[in-house]
Amino acid sequence: MVLALLRRLAVLLVSALVASVLIFLIMSVLPGSPAQVALGTGATPDAVRALEQQMGLDRPLPTQYVEWIGGVLHGDFGLSYTSRQPIGPQLFDRLSVTLWLVLGGMVVALLLAVPFGVIAALRNGRPTGLVISALSQIGVAIPAFLAGMLLIALVAMRWNWLPPNGYVVPATDPVGFLRHMILPWLALGLVQGAVLTRYVRSSVLDQLGQDYLRTARAKGMTATAALRRHGLRNASIPVLTVLGVQLVTLMIGAVVIERVFVIPGVGSMLSDAVSNRDLITVQGIVLVLVVFALLVGFVVDVLYTVIDPRLRVQAR
Amino acid sequence: MTSSNSPAGTPPDPTLDPTRDPARDPGPDEAPDRPRNSARGLLIVGGSIVGLVLLTGIVSFFWTPFDTGYTDLANAKAGPGTAGHLLGTDRLGRDIASSLMAGARTTLYVGLVAVGIAALIGTPLGILAAMLPPRWSQFVMRCTDVMLAFPALLLALMFAAIWGGGITTAMVAIGIASIPSFIRVVRSGALVVMTSDYVQAARVAGRSRWGIAVSHVLRNVAGLVIVQASVSYAIAILAEAGLSYLGFGAGLTTPSWGLMLQESQSTLRSDPLITVWPAVAIALAVLGFNLLGDGLRDRFDPRRQR
Repeated sequence: MVLALLRRLAVLLVSALVASVLIFLIMSVLPGSPAQVALGTGATPDAVRALEQQMGLDRPLPTQYVEWIGGVLHGDFGLSYTSRQPIGPQLFDRLSVTLWLVLGGMVVALLLAVPFGVIAALRNGRPTGLVISALSQIGVAIPAFLAGMLLIALVAMRWNWLPPNGYVVPATDPVGFLRHMILPWLALGLVQGAVLTRYVRSSVLDQLGQDYLRTARAKGMTATAALRRHGLRNASIPVLTVLGVQLVTLMIGAVVIERVFVIPGVGSMLSDAVSNRDLITVQGIVLVLVVFALLVGFVVDVLYTVIDPRLRVQAR
Repeated sequence: MTSSNSPAGTPPDPTLDPTRDPARDPGPDEAPDRPRNSARGLLIVGGSIVGLVLLTGIVSFFWTPFDTGYTDLANAKAGPGTAGHLLGTDRLGRDIASSLMAGARTTLYVGLVAVGIAALIGTPLGILAAMLPPRWSQFVMRCTDVMLAFPALLLALMFAAIWGGGITTAMVAIGIASIPSFIRVVRSGALVVMTSDYVQAARVAGRSRWGIAVSHVLRNVAGLVIVQASVSYAIAILAEAGLSYLGFGAGLTTPSWGLMLQESQSTLRSDPLITVWPAVAIALAVLGFNLLGDGLRDRFDPRRQR
C-alpha cells in the first residue's frame, strides 16, 4: 500500500512538472513579445529591447523556465507585466476567496445530490424518480453563470432579499459575508448538484441490484436501512471520482461566476489578466489551477484505497 | 485521475469497468434494467431539439424576421409581440428572435469545429492506445491525465491571453481540451473489441494490425465516437457561452447567445426577459445534445450490450 502510494505520488509530481513545462511553452512561444504588449505599438525597438532585458526575456528559454519554476516553488510568481507588483501575495489572497466560493458550492451540491439521488434511485420508474431525473437533466443544461444571473434577477433585484453582488471578508463581517455568498453558492451548487444527482442515482441503482443487498433485505431490513447500512459506502466509490472532477469544474466555473457576482477571487484575477494580456500573471494562475486539478486527482485515488478495502488488498 | 491503485502488477484494466469511466462522460444514469423504449424516447426528444436548433441555424442564413444588426432605439426593450417583434427587442432595439436564430448558427459552428478537432485527433489516438503494448498505452493514458487538467475554459483563456479572444481561438481551445475524453472513450471501447472473437479470427487469418484497426476496431467504435461527439457538443456549447459572456469568445459583430447574455446584464433589473430568452436557448441546445447522447449510448456502447 505504501509502495502504491509512493508510485502515485511520483506520477503526481511528474504530471505537475510536465504540466508546468507545457504551460510555460504555450505562453512563451508566441508572436510578439510581452515587452511590446506592455509598451504598446508606439514604442521604439530600443525601448522594447531594454524592457525585455529588464524582464529577463532575452535569455534562452530553459534558463527562463528554471528561474520561473524555481521562484514559484518559493511562492514567488514574479512581477505582473502591467502593474509591476509581485503576483504571489495577490494570488494567495484571492485563492482563499475562491476556495470559500468553491467549497460552499460543493456543500450545496452535496446537500442536494445525496438525498435526491438516493430518492431517485429508490423511486426508480415511479413519478418521484422521474421528476428528479427530469429536473437534474435540465439542471445539467444550465451553465452556472446563467443560474447566477437568473438568481440575481429574482432574489436580489425583484425581491431584494440579498445583495446582487460584491464580497465581504468573513473575518470583518461574518453575516455580510454569508449574505453575499449565498447566491453564488446556490448558482454553483444547483448546477453541480444536478450533475451529481445523476451520478448518485445511477451508483445507488447499481448497488440496489447487487446480491448482498438482496440478502440484507431477506434478513428483514427495509430497502432504506439496507442501503444505509451496506449500500452507501459502495455507492460512494464511483461518486468520488465525479466529486473530484466536480471540484475542478467548480474551480474553473468560478472564473465566470466571479465575474457575474463581482467577487475578487482567482477567477476574476485571471480574466482581468487575460484582458490586459498580462501573460506572466496568466501563466502563474493557470499553473496553480492545473496543479490543483492534478492534486485533486491524487487525493481521489488515495481515498479510493481508504474507502474500498478490495483495492487495499489489491494494492498490497 | 483513474488507475494505479496497484503496484507493478497488472490489475484488470480499470477502463473496462463502466463505473470508472472517464469522469467527463456525463451519462451515468443508465439504470441496469432500463427499458429499451425509454432510450428511444431520449433519442426522439434529443434528436428533435437538436434538429430544431439545426433548422433555426440554417434558416437564419436565408431569413430572419429582422436584420440582426439593425438597431432601433425607438423600439428598445419592447415586450414580446410589440411591433412585430415576436420575443421583443433588446436594449438597442434589436429583434431578439432574429438574434437567437443567428446565434444558433454560431453555436452550431463552434461546436462542429471543436468536436471535429477532438474526434479527428482523439479517435486515432484512442485506437492506437488500445493497440500499443501496455507500457506505451499507459504512457498515452498518463498524457491524457495531464491534458484533462486543462479544461476547455482554462485553455481558451490561455489562448485568449496570447492571441486575443475570438471565435477561432475559442473553437480551437475547446477542441483541444475535448481530445482526452475521446481518447479515453475510444480506447476503452477498442479494448473490448480487440478481445472479441472476430478480431482474434482476423488475426489468425493473417490480417495486418492496421488492417484490423481500420476494418474492425474503427468500425465498431464509430458508435462510441458519435455518442462522445454529442456529449462534447453540449460541453462545447457551454464553454462557448461562458467565454463569450466573459468577452473572450464571439466578437461584437458575431451573433452569439453568450454575448446576448452579457449584454443583457445591464437590463437585468428592468427587463429580465431579455436575459431569459438566450438562457432558454442555451439550456435547450445543451439539453438536446445531452439527451441525444444518452439515447445513442444505449444503442451503440459495446460495453453496455448484454
